[in-house]
Amino acid sequence: MSADRTAAEAPVAAHAGASTPTTHGATALGGPTRAQELQARFAAVDPVPGVPKPDPIVVADNVTRHFGGMTAVDVGHLEVERGAITALIGPNGAGKTTLFNLLTGFDKPSTGTWTFEGRSLSGTPAAKVARTGMVRTFQLTKALSRMTVIENMRLGAAAQPGENLGAALIPGLWRSREREITAQAEELLARFKLDTKRDDFAGSLSGGQRKLLEMARALMSEPTMVMLDEPMAGVNPALTQSLLGHIQALRDEGTTVLFVEHDMHMVRHISDWVVVMAEGRIVAEGPPRSVMSDQAVIDAYLGAHHDTDLGDDSLLTDDVTPLEGKP
Amino acid sequence: MRPHATTDRSPTARALLLALVLSALASLGVLVAPAGTAHAAATACVADPTTGCVTGTLRTAGGQPAVGVEITVDGPGGSTTATSGADGRWSAAATEAGEYSVTVDESTLPEGETLRDPANNPRTVTVTLGTSAGALFPFGQPTGGGAAAPTPAPGDDSADAGQGAEPGVDTAPVDSAGGAGGVTWGRVAQQALAGLVFGSLLALASIGLSLIFGTTGLSNFAHGEQVTLGGILAYVGVQTLGLPLLVAGALAVLLAGVSGWLQDKFLWHPLRRRRVGMTQQLIVTIGLAIALQYTYQFFFGASSLRITTANPESIRFGPVFITQQSLTSVIIAAVVLAGVAYFLVATRTGRATRAVSDNPALAAASGISVERIIRLVWTFGAALAGLGGVLMGLYLNATSWNMGGTLLLLMFAAVTLGGLGTAFGALVGSLVIGLVVEMSNLVIPSDMRYAGALVILILILLFRPQGILGRAERIG
Amino acid sequence: MDWTRILTNVAGEIIAPTTAAYALAAIGLNVHFGLTGLLNFGQAGFMLLGAYGFAISTIAGYPIWVALLIAIACAVIFALILGIPTLKLRGDYLAIVTIAAAEIVRIVGRSTAMTGLTGASSGLRGNSYKESFQALSPFPDGTTDVGPLSYSNNASNSWWIRIVGWALVALACLLVWRLMNSPWGRVLKGIREDEDAVRSLGKNVYAYKMQSLVLGGVIGAVAGIVYVLPRAVQPDSMGRPMTFFVWTILLLGGAATVFGPVLGSMIFWAALMLIKTVMRSAVPPDIMRTEQIEQFGWIVVGVTLMLLVIFRPQGMLGDKKELAINVR
Repeated sequence: MSADRTAAEAPVAAHAGASTPTTHGATALGGPTRAQELQARFAAVDPVPGVPKPDPIVVADNVTRHFGGMTAVDVGHLEVERGAITALIGPNGAGKTTLFNLLTGFDKPSTGTWTFEGRSLSGTPAAKVARTGMVRTFQLTKALSRMTVIENMRLGAAAQPGENLGAALIPGLWRSREREITAQAEELLARFKLDTKRDDFAGSLSGGQRKLLEMARALMSEPTMVMLDEPMAGVNPALTQSLLGHIQALRDEGTTVLFVEHDMHMVRHISDWVVVMAEGRIVAEGPPRSVMSDQAVIDAYLGAHHDTDLGDDSLLTDDVTPLEGKP
Repeated sequence: MRPHATTDRSPTARALLLALVLSALASLGVLVAPAGTAHAAATACVADPTTGCVTGTLRTAGGQPAVGVEITVDGPGGSTTATSGADGRWSAAATEAGEYSVTVDESTLPEGETLRDPANNPRTVTVTLGTSAGALFPFGQPTGGGAAAPTPAPGDDSADAGQGAEPGVDTAPVDSAGGAGGVTWGRVAQQALAGLVFGSLLALASIGLSLIFGTTGLSNFAHGEQVTLGGILAYVGVQTLGLPLLVAGALAVLLAGVSGWLQDKFLWHPLRRRRVGMTQQLIVTIGLAIALQYTYQFFFGASSLRITTANPESIRFGPVFITQQSLTSVIIAAVVLAGVAYFLVATRTGRATRAVSDNPALAAASGISVERIIRLVWTFGAALAGLGGVLMGLYLNATSWNMGGTLLLLMFAAVTLGGLGTAFGALVGSLVIGLVVEMSNLVIPSDMRYAGALVILILILLFRPQGILGRAERIG
Repeated sequence: MDWTRILTNVAGEIIAPTTAAYALAAIGLNVHFGLTGLLNFGQAGFMLLGAYGFAISTIAGYPIWVALLIAIACAVIFALILGIPTLKLRGDYLAIVTIAAAEIVRIVGRSTAMTGLTGASSGLRGNSYKESFQALSPFPDGTTDVGPLSYSNNASNSWWIRIVGWALVALACLLVWRLMNSPWGRVLKGIREDEDAVRSLGKNVYAYKMQSLVLGGVIGAVAGIVYVLPRAVQPDSMGRPMTFFVWTILLLGGAATVFGPVLGSMIFWAALMLIKTVMRSAVPPDIMRTEQIEQFGWIVVGVTLMLLVIFRPQGMLGDKKELAINVR
């Protein structure tokens, strides 16, 4: 993993502060980018639902969730590759957010087990899951409105002894860690371009800024895996580019990303692997391009109109131009 | 169902309301006959700022009034002797506050009667000027140290006067001074009957609470004061204005309904429009409860008020006793509850009410005028609570400024048990709570029986917060 | 209208031990509600348990420090029992459970079955438990006049209880201030906003809420002790109305602030005294009797609470932006 990190560090450093995502082309250094590496690795993986991955970080078996008579989730087997950006797509009601909630401990499954980094997480409550290194964001942003941006960030940090009731009474025990945390927070805020908003109440931020804040806050604990629930929802196109850039930067630093999204355009451009869900089941998996033209996927999304490539730009009504080749 | 052209208060609902009121009046008519036989009125002690009273009612073990028993009251103000009248009542006046010793002259007891608790004769009673203090002397087989219900005493000046009047204390045929004495089938049946009576009256009071929660999401901590309002208005009608009980009762219910209407129009509707949060509204109900309780106390004093001074006759059904008044109250309650049930199930407005109570947003989307329904719920809920207050005041033989306040938690227990937001839940829950409260007399000291109901409340919220009839997704 | 007497009365109320006790209770409630968003409507239950714990242990012969610890232990146990079911419930339900629990404490305490332990509804006489506290006083017995205010040095409604009571208030304020501005306080503020967000950041929300409940409850128990030391332990006077007055005080002064509860308590009792004293002098007894003036005061309290919560929920010292009544 560390070798990957150093190779990826250069392009990230070159792009630090810029909001354009790294492309699938060659890096300044001339070696393969992380994306290219993953592409090569995934080429050997059979695009079939439930296929095992070369280096899985999450392995889920037989996960189901029933609500009364209805089945929200019924996943036989799912593996998520370490260090890759995996997109979880599907029509509304497919069970994506429910699966998210199950994996992160916000909901209890009817059946099923799963592991994270080899350790079983089934039945683990949400806070504990977060502490093991798997953090999530929410579809409806949960920026803590009546706290300032910097306080939001500080809250995201782990290992602050002052969060213990006894230690809180003795400032000496936690002041230095607080300084570290604040420095880390300020760095992240700068990276996400929220540093000028440091002392404002989070409630005064725009919707898109709150999304960025939530993502930045989730990164404070230096998680191994970040699960983003519709990070692009309700965000304007310009900010979307910025978000995409941050997500790719995360991947390039070695963090695993799993995100739920509806916007096919974005999914196609940054994900290394796509998992498609419909009616609670995984109906397809594979690299973005092939998945988009998979018959089952098209059926799930479009029903009768199933003779088009979902990723075809001409289907889209917005004017966002493709990113390939742009600096 | 007949289609209705108007979205206004449907003619059916209005007709139903009229039918309810008329049937209630008709049943109350039964009470008109024996009313007004105020034997004790002429010689009874009346508490005022310069006089305190010591009073009581003596009944034989069989439930009949014990006549001609002599009681001596001895203390700082001197010594007085009182004799129990034809209704078993006696009272003695004291012009000085302090501790008084009350002694029953056992030689004057009726043939074959004995005090149940001979060790507790004489009793000590604290007399304060301006209030009445009660002294109990239950009759029956002598037992050791009975845990009889505590004498209702005026409260501390920081307000809470304990539990106020205890049901059954002065209406001995449905006697629930419990704790001591064995658990016999007779007692079980008696307590169960008391439970059903109490439960049905509680149901009247609680339906409004449940529906208000269902339609607006508000936990109304001032609902107890709506109940008290009914009792107090009835008291004013009978004692101050001299109206027959029938008329006073009906008027009380009507005025209570009006108070609900006014509350929604001038307080709750504006708050909803301002989008004031639910917690804030909850705290407003608490402020309202405090203000109303002390307003009642301001005008009517801290002591219990008797709506009627007549002594109800008791009827015997097999092993159990019930006073004529209680029987009538139950019949009225049953009729009214049946009417409410019919309204909710079979009329358009009623179904709309249930729809709003279940899911206001969805109901609004279906074209139901949610605000109209809420206004209706407040009016009817308050009227029902008022009726509950009138009947409860008659049943407990006393109403006071905090009668409703002490019942509030029982109402919450009933409503939560049955399922917050459903009227039928309120009914079921109230009957269960009524039974629990009265039956627990058989096993725990009677002054702890409200605690039993409260424990149930907590357990329900722990294990099944949606209650018996509610649906799981309501909660949290 | 004897203004000197009126102002003396009001000044006396401001430093009275009851005012200190209610300030402490409101500080405890502030930890629950202002800091964490917990709707605790059973603060009187904590106060009564603290009073019983202290008084009964003292009557049983334990030294004052042990009695204090026992009172605190009672509060901790009560908080744990309350917390286990209720911290998983939504706001309204927590309110109902806490009211019910406090009421159960009062009903059991006043029950004739408990006469041996708690004195049932008559309660415990002050003289039975005041000795050990009074013995701690460094002052000689007697009376001291400070300006127009004259109290005994050590007995019952004394200078000693005033000093101790207000010292405890200062200590509690310091504690709350320290905690509010610490990472622990930050987690609680987050919980007040959105529990799930805080969970997703790896914090054990349940444990924090429980800690808050225990801390606020312990402060409430100490408040109960300060309340009963100048008088007697009477369960009927420590019921629901007491809880509601504590809420009024908290909201009046400003929840989620350090000094809000203190200011609220002083203003509450001073204003009540002012209203009552002025009315007693100004209103002839045939229009309003003494007890009616008393009741009128409480009506004003009820109406004030309503107006406060509708028009100025942040109270006097609160920040409108920071506090909105958001409930966990």
